[in-house]
Amino acid sequence: MSGPKSLFSTSAQARAGVLSREDAQSLVERTVKLSAADAVRVSVSSSRETNLRFADNQMSTSGVTTNTTIRIQSVFGKRKASVVTNDRSDDGLRRAVTQSEALARLAPEDPEYLGEIGPQQYATIDAWYDATADLTADDRAKAALSALAPARAGKELTVAGFIICNAGATAIGNSAGLFAYHRATSANYTLTARTNDGTGSGWAGMENNDWTKLDVQAVADRAIDKARRSRNPVAIEPGRYTVIFEPEATANLVSLMGNAFQARSADEGRSAFSKTGGTKLGEKIVDDRVTLYSDPGDPLIVSAPFDGEGMPVTQQTWVKNGVLQQLAYNRFWANKQGKTPTGNASSLRMADGADTLEAMIASTARGVLVTRLWYLRPLDARTLMYTGLTRDGTFLIENGKIARSIKNFRFNDSPLFMLNNLEGVGRALRTAGGDGGPAVAMPPVKVRDFNFTSLSDAV
Amino acid sequence: MTTRRDFLVTGGGALGAAFGAAALGPQLLHALPHRRPLPALYTDAATRELMMEALDAAKRAGASWADVRISRNRNNSVQTRERQVTDVVDTDTMGCGVRVLVDGCWGFCATQELTKPGVGGAAQEAVAIAKANRVARDRRVELAPSPAHPDATWRSSYTIDPFTIPVEEKADLLLRANAEALGVANVRFVNSGLSFVKEERNYANTDGSVITQDYVRSWVTMSCTAVAPDRSGTAVRGPEVVQPAGRGWEYVLEADIVTNAKVWAQEAAEKLTAKAVEPGRYDLILHPSQLFLNIHESLAHPTELDRAMGYEANYAGTSFIAPPEKVLGSLKLGPPMMNLVGNRNEVGALATIGYDDDGVQPDEFHIVKNGVFNDYQTTREQAPWLASWYARNGQPVRSHGCSYAQSWADVQFQRMPNVSLQPGDNDLSWSDLIAATDKGIAMIGRASYSIDQQRYNAQFGAQLCYEVRNGKIVGQVKDAAYQMRTPEFWNALDMLGGKSSYALGGTFNDGKGQPGQANAVSHGCPPARFKNINIINTGRTV
Repeated sequence: MSGPKSLFSTSAQARAGVLSREDAQSLVERTVKLSAADAVRVSVSSSRETNLRFADNQMSTSGVTTNTTIRIQSVFGKRKASVVTNDRSDDGLRRAVTQSEALARLAPEDPEYLGEIGPQQYATIDAWYDATADLTADDRAKAALSALAPARAGKELTVAGFIICNAGATAIGNSAGLFAYHRATSANYTLTARTNDGTGSGWAGMENNDWTKLDVQAVADRAIDKARRSRNPVAIEPGRYTVIFEPEATANLVSLMGNAFQARSADEGRSAFSKTGGTKLGEKIVDDRVTLYSDPGDPLIVSAPFDGEGMPVTQQTWVKNGVLQQLAYNRFWANKQGKTPTGNASSLRMADGADTLEAMIASTARGVLVTRLWYLRPLDARTLMYTGLTRDGTFLIENGKIARSIKNFRFNDSPLFMLNNLEGVGRALRTAGGDGGPAVAMPPVKVRDFNFTSLSDAV
Repeated sequence: MTTRRDFLVTGGGALGAAFGAAALGPQLLHALPHRRPLPALYTDAATRELMMEALDAAKRAGASWADVRISRNRNNSVQTRERQVTDVVDTDTMGCGVRVLVDGCWGFCATQELTKPGVGGAAQEAVAIAKANRVARDRRVELAPSPAHPDATWRSSYTIDPFTIPVEEKADLLLRANAEALGVANVRFVNSGLSFVKEERNYANTDGSVITQDYVRSWVTMSCTAVAPDRSGTAVRGPEVVQPAGRGWEYVLEADIVTNAKVWAQEAAEKLTAKAVEPGRYDLILHPSQLFLNIHESLAHPTELDRAMGYEANYAGTSFIAPPEKVLGSLKLGPPMMNLVGNRNEVGALATIGYDDDGVQPDEFHIVKNGVFNDYQTTREQAPWLASWYARNGQPVRSHGCSYAQSWADVQFQRMPNVSLQPGDNDLSWSDLIAATDKGIAMIGRASYSIDQQRYNAQFGAQLCYEVRNGKIVGQVKDAAYQMRTPEFWNALDMLGGKSSYALGGTFNDGKGQPGQANAVSHGCPPARFKNINIINTGRTV
């Protein structure tokens, strides 16, 4: 049973040991009462995480972890320090409060501390599904069989996969009367199929807050199909290619722009959005088909409506039609620059375009289709240059058709250059490569002149 | 279990006034006010009782084998930027992780409820998970035998517990170093931090082992950012300017960051005006602070047996050093001077431990012997997979002791031991390698690094790159990275530093597994030279 969802605690939540709003609030209030500091902030994180791994066509490790941690930040004047504990007993809380106060009294002043914020209004975000919280070990093992059974039967494939589900709640409260609570479930399944001759590898994944919306069979079929089609890759020369990125690959690169949206580093002259005398705010930075935004209520990628300080997080559009529209300001920097604080977003989405993946392939005379990217590392913060490699399904497109499997490439390029060289944008999908991390939705995109610098023999 | 938490030491200032840390060398450590004799290590009765309850509950529920870890994980972090402290955080969590085998299937459950019903319930849930997994089992998990250690203790090689050092003393040290760096022209931003970890690890298994270990590690980070006066460019030195170590506060003092901060800042400022590297083929001289990361990525990861067997295929990837039967004893990875050793006993190294998370006392083993691939990193589950190789060599089937979980909340699996490149026979130094090079690039410090999922194609940058001409360093260059294919790269090794130039490098945060876990690991190595390596220029302008 996955819906309609209730905003009230369910028995599934109690079974999972995840704190209800009432229990979280009482824990926060108990802790605030123990405080002798000028101000105190209490953050609670309560979760039950279940997972299952399989590899080499058999079961590997699997388990469940239940934990609740309490972070207490005590403040005297502008001196502050935090203690994190998972001891919820009265003694445990008292000890942690005392410890954070002892640390705070001795810590040097933090001139950027602005005091705790009072009660806030938050959007109501519905992200809890009993079906995910109630998933059993039997259900997970059965889901794994969707890939294990065909791989064992066929004798030509080896599969490795991972199922991770989380049921959790976060809450924040402080001595100024603020209280925020959000609960969510998430389910994530990723699978790699490899051909036993060692020449083919295919990856697929899916993520949803609701387990019943995860089509495990579709994930298995897709990864297996990719593995078969990627067999016997040929080497083609590195160089500049028209590249079609599947949503996962788009996310691998474009998500890296997230950090660069911080206003402070732009103002300080050390980010991609700095320029002589200021920032690129209001300037066109990428193709006008690009709009990037964060919205906690986006049903495709729901996320918490508040950040770690308890600041409300609402919809923020970072890039609109190619123009840098907004940077992220924390309270201190907003105050200093005369701006409104934005809160710290935890999701990212690129707006849909009009093209389909099929049409993008069909319109390509010669190009490369990329399934996903791997091991991305920064080369230069000022240009957002990154290096990384393609992986698990890289194909040559010739005359509008996928012609053959090709060897993987290393690239040296920037999401900014990539989004300036845009030729097509499709419909955004929720990506799964983050193994249950921040929610990201990206479309497939077609890009010209992407810079592949060397070949990799890795399969 | 309240008694266990009573050990919590407040970071209060009861231990005396701050002192001039930078002025003190290791020879003066005995005089430090914070040096107190470390208490004797033992498994306390309450913890032992809980572990026995978990093992009994697992057996009652049907487990054929089980182990349990009850640990307390403490972290302390002080972070600064420029002239202010940005964050002081102490983390202190305790809990219990129970792992079971039922009919050759694993099950795991972790709980924070440190009571008999809490750990007993966790054991039952672990068994239930293992039973559910039987429907999808192919082969049974079989563990290599390992002797029981019924009453073992071990402590890492720290002499001053960093958790006894008052926070203001830590902050003062960082802020004084920041001030030195900010005194250098064009250096506008400095971030620095201290991170400490202390783990009280208790382990027991149904073989009869009961083990208590006390492990401390420390890391100082500092990054100095220089900004060109016209804001046209930035240059960074850091943040890994001091290698993390499995040692205590004494190690922080030895790093002398107040004196060194100025040097690091000057190096960043110099980089602003460094010329762009001319791409091409050079002899590449790597400092241990750079080479350790290459060893980690290109040799240590692909010799993890789980990777070679496909257990990490869905995340970190597989290995070019596979399948075992085709590479053991035959794959030539480098010249005969290349010897790579796995160990968990190097003093001060991060993966050093007395007993692993399978209850095994680790041994030292050659991964590469005289240039030829010789052995993989293993756990008790994995060692039997190499039984025929060990039989051929007259060796017993035993785990090398590479099982590790980052905390009680995570299940253990194969993680990297210290994997160290042995020094050469001649005691050559960094300067000797430079002096012997006509056209080279010398690199110091880790920077950007990326390698494919089978560990062939890698690209590494460095914090400092110098051009070498006719045996001399002629100046810094920027935007340099080397591009390599692992087998060719290591076969291009032609000079190794000697014993006196050997140093450890490491990280707290090597990622592997699903869900991802961090492992702290060190790699010892001397400086080394590689012939005729492809150097690229990674710079671009907007």
